[in-house]
Amino acid sequence: MSTNKDYKWIGTRPIRPDGADKVTGRAAFGADKNLPGMLHAKILRSPFAHAKILSIDTSAAESASGVLAVMTSADMPDLASEMGEAGESAVDFRDLSHNILASGKVLYHGHAVAAVAATSAKLALAALKLIKVEYEELPVVLEIEDAMADDAPILHEDQFTPGGSKDKPSNVAAKMKLPRGDIDKGFAEADIIIEREFTTPTVHQGYIEPHAVTASMSASGHADIWCCTQGTFVVRAMTAKVLGMDVGKIKVTPSEIGGGFGAKTTVYLEPIAVKLSEKTGRPVKMVMDREEVLRATGPTSASVIKIKLGATNDGKLIAAQGSLKYGAGAFKGSPMAPGCMCVFASYEIPNFLIRGFDVVLNKPKVAAYRAPGAPMAAFAMESLMNEMATKLNLDPIEFRLKNAVKEGSVAAYGPKFPVIGFVETLEAAKAHPHYSAPLGKNQGRGVGTGFWFNIGMQSSATINVNESGSVTVITGSADIGGSRASMALFVAEELDISYDLITPLVSNTEEAGYCDVTGGSRTTFATGMAVVKASKNLVANMRKRAAKTWGIDIDDVTWEDGAAIAPAAADKQPLTMAQIATSAAKTGGPLTASASLTAQGAGAGFGVHICDVEVDPETGKTDVIRYTAIQDAGKAIHPSYVEGQYQGGAVQGIGWALNEEYVYNDKGVLQNFGFLDYRMPVANDLPMIDTVIVEVPNPSHPYGVRGVGETPIVPPLAAVAEAVNNAAGVRICHLPISPPRLLAEIDAK
Amino acid sequence: MSKTHVTTTINGDAVEYLCEVDQSLLDVLRDTLELTGTKEGCATGDCGACSVSLDGRLVCSCLVLGVEAEGKQIETIEGVANGTELHPIQQKFLENAALQCGICTPGFIVATKALLEKNPDPTEEEARYYLAGNLCRCTGYDKIIRAVLDAAAEMRGAA
Ligand code: FES
Ligand code: FES
Repeated sequence: MSTNKDYKWIGTRPIRPDGADKVTGRAAFGADKNLPGMLHAKILRSPFAHAKILSIDTSAAESASGVLAVMTSADMPDLASEMGEAGESAVDFRDLSHNILASGKVLYHGHAVAAVAATSAKLALAALKLIKVEYEELPVVLEIEDAMADDAPILHEDQFTPGGSKDKPSNVAAKMKLPRGDIDKGFAEADIIIEREFTTPTVHQGYIEPHAVTASMSASGHADIWCCTQGTFVVRAMTAKVLGMDVGKIKVTPSEIGGGFGAKTTVYLEPIAVKLSEKTGRPVKMVMDREEVLRATGPTSASVIKIKLGATNDGKLIAAQGSLKYGAGAFKGSPMAPGCMCVFASYEIPNFLIRGFDVVLNKPKVAAYRAPGAPMAAFAMESLMNEMATKLNLDPIEFRLKNAVKEGSVAAYGPKFPVIGFVETLEAAKAHPHYSAPLGKNQGRGVGTGFWFNIGMQSSATINVNESGSVTVITGSADIGGSRASMALFVAEELDISYDLITPLVSNTEEAGYCDVTGGSRTTFATGMAVVKASKNLVANMRKRAAKTWGIDIDDVTWEDGAAIAPAAADKQPLTMAQIATSAAKTGGPLTASASLTAQGAGAGFGVHICDVEVDPETGKTDVIRYTAIQDAGKAIHPSYVEGQYQGGAVQGIGWALNEEYVYNDKGVLQNFGFLDYRMPVANDLPMIDTVIVEVPNPSHPYGVRGVGETPIVPPLAAVAEAVNNAAGVRICHLPISPPRLLAEIDAK
Repeated sequence: MSKTHVTTTINGDAVEYLCEVDQSLLDVLRDTLELTGTKEGCATGDCGACSVSLDGRLVCSCLVLGVEAEGKQIETIEGVANGTELHPIQQKFLENAALQCGICTPGFIVATKALLEKNPDPTEEEARYYLAGNLCRCTGYDKIIRAVLDAAAEMRGAA
């Protein structure tokens, strides 16, 4: 492993290769793809949150002006329930299909029921009104605990709780249990025990770019899909499954992607666009509007989390118990499991019991959102850690240091931690001037920490050398925040050539080797690993070419400064990469190298955030006035984009803590379906977000990289809540800490 | 429905187009004229991704009708650079890594240009308030605000 070495390129901050196109408007995003003769399709959505579909009559719409095709779930194959790996987590393809177009029942307000393709978006919208759907309304269930009740309205008559009744269907789709030691004994030995229940609301990822796709089906049965996605290969796999096609007949070309944060790892529109294109023989474009995005795509789970924590007077955690309930939305698959695995992962606790529940209810099916499941769990656990520190009269960071996991600790979810940087990150937070800066009236400070596993999975990379010695690097990993720059930096470092000679491309599913989704903070880690491996293969190949040219043994050729050299043969002038490339025809043909792998050893990421707020006791309004995000990156390949991940994640967490929530009426109709009322942080809500990059290299990566994208959203919820507690003297267990809620708490004091 | 004929100026070019009376300027730019650099994030005036300048005034093009452009001067993101030479604001956005996904970037750059034309030396707070109508979900605004202040300093130096 190459650590503590001076790198020429790794760790520098060059301008990103795709930057110029993005500041001039040239970069093409999802909705920017147009094809000649293209149709526009729109979706009819359910006006009820829970209802049986008795009949759908599309005849009037079909004969409406400009309409070329109408489709419903009847146009898609009837799939049996089948779990498959897609994206970061498992998915049931039948659920996926029924989410794309409702079959038999609608399960949330905004659930897609039918789609119309017409010569213009306006005509398609007009035709939607001509589709007659007969519904039988059913009782609606929106809250997790209501959905778990014995007499709850049942969403799926064929869903039974594993290990539960086999006759009585249930909204509890899955349960999980993680035990260690003996909690009764542990709590009996505890000097202080705190128990509280925490809730978090449904929130949306809030990417600025709505979902968009253009699809074109050829007469030979090949489908071309252009869309904004975090994973072209996932779009291909899901579309193939849902439409009963072979993956080899689908080509997915990624546009630039205007944010995803995990939610663009599934499909909503793509199979519909392909099917409508097949029906009409014309390209079909579909673009969601903001209301559709909020009503019917990937929010993340609301949660109800109860934790009981026991510690001894010397500040050691001795027992913990957690019950974590996550709302999945209309179909199973909340991030309950990662939530359970994360909740106690940062601390050494000899006795614990974790129980998790995955609960369906009449809201849109949740999608991944940055460290899925972890922020809610950390809100509960870290809030209690802060309260416990106060009770123990210990500094909150000191208290965490006494219990922090380190190399060799057995993680709550099973494996032994390799080299990790939690202690180093806590120490860096403690030493930061922010931590000891004075506070004013109505101001308070809070800390929170966060953990995320990070993942490896499959990646491929190809490097082609041009005859001038410049190179193209091709991967299939969507660039959602600067990963092209990282890929170019890896190649520059490995080949020892200038960053400017490298063009990194994100290519389609037919030209790039297989890559799993850009998610789980895996791209710089795993695709980066493939790029490094391909670079090493290329260097070996170029050394071979030089050896051949010189008529010496390859072992006598080394690579330095972008050239082959023969240290032992003084008469051999270095052969530069350009020279080797120019003469490639004579030494064995074009220079190209590939690598593919299943990356092992993703390094866990730990973060510590320090937040200062000022609370207005008259209005209950909270302003974040200073914020510092400290996190172990392993090794920052392009530090600016690492900082950007810390800052962006922190601010999403601040929004989650202070403002964001889905507001439903009792019929299950979302009331705040636009950016005006679904209030995400804007520039004047925030201070600068300071960052500290801690670097404890991941021994499994050639440059020590750990994923960085997800951890930053984990600490803020508790950090903000604790800061509010210290400013206003009220302990908030229910998010968001909106002004009316905080004011009520202050008044009740 | 018959369309209305509109004569206008976009990024210095004389442009004519036909549009429906209820069509937004954003849709005209993107769909009719294929100037897709201007983005749609909401179509309700809440995100700023569609920012353009209309007779020197910063507007959300999703809230302006295509027919309202008659006789006006429009400037979009496509007109900010001088040929292949980036505007200092664009250059500073790149140098400061002020974009992650980049979907908000055209709107921020057009809005920043409008800000700096009015106020060449904004404080951090003034920049934050002026740009409060532009949503960015990726960056947390830190690097955007730094890029704006950096660009302002550069442009004052150059002036
Ligand atoms: S698209 Fe115009 S403000 Fe959002
Ligand atoms: S960079 Fe993605 S929304 Fe601003």
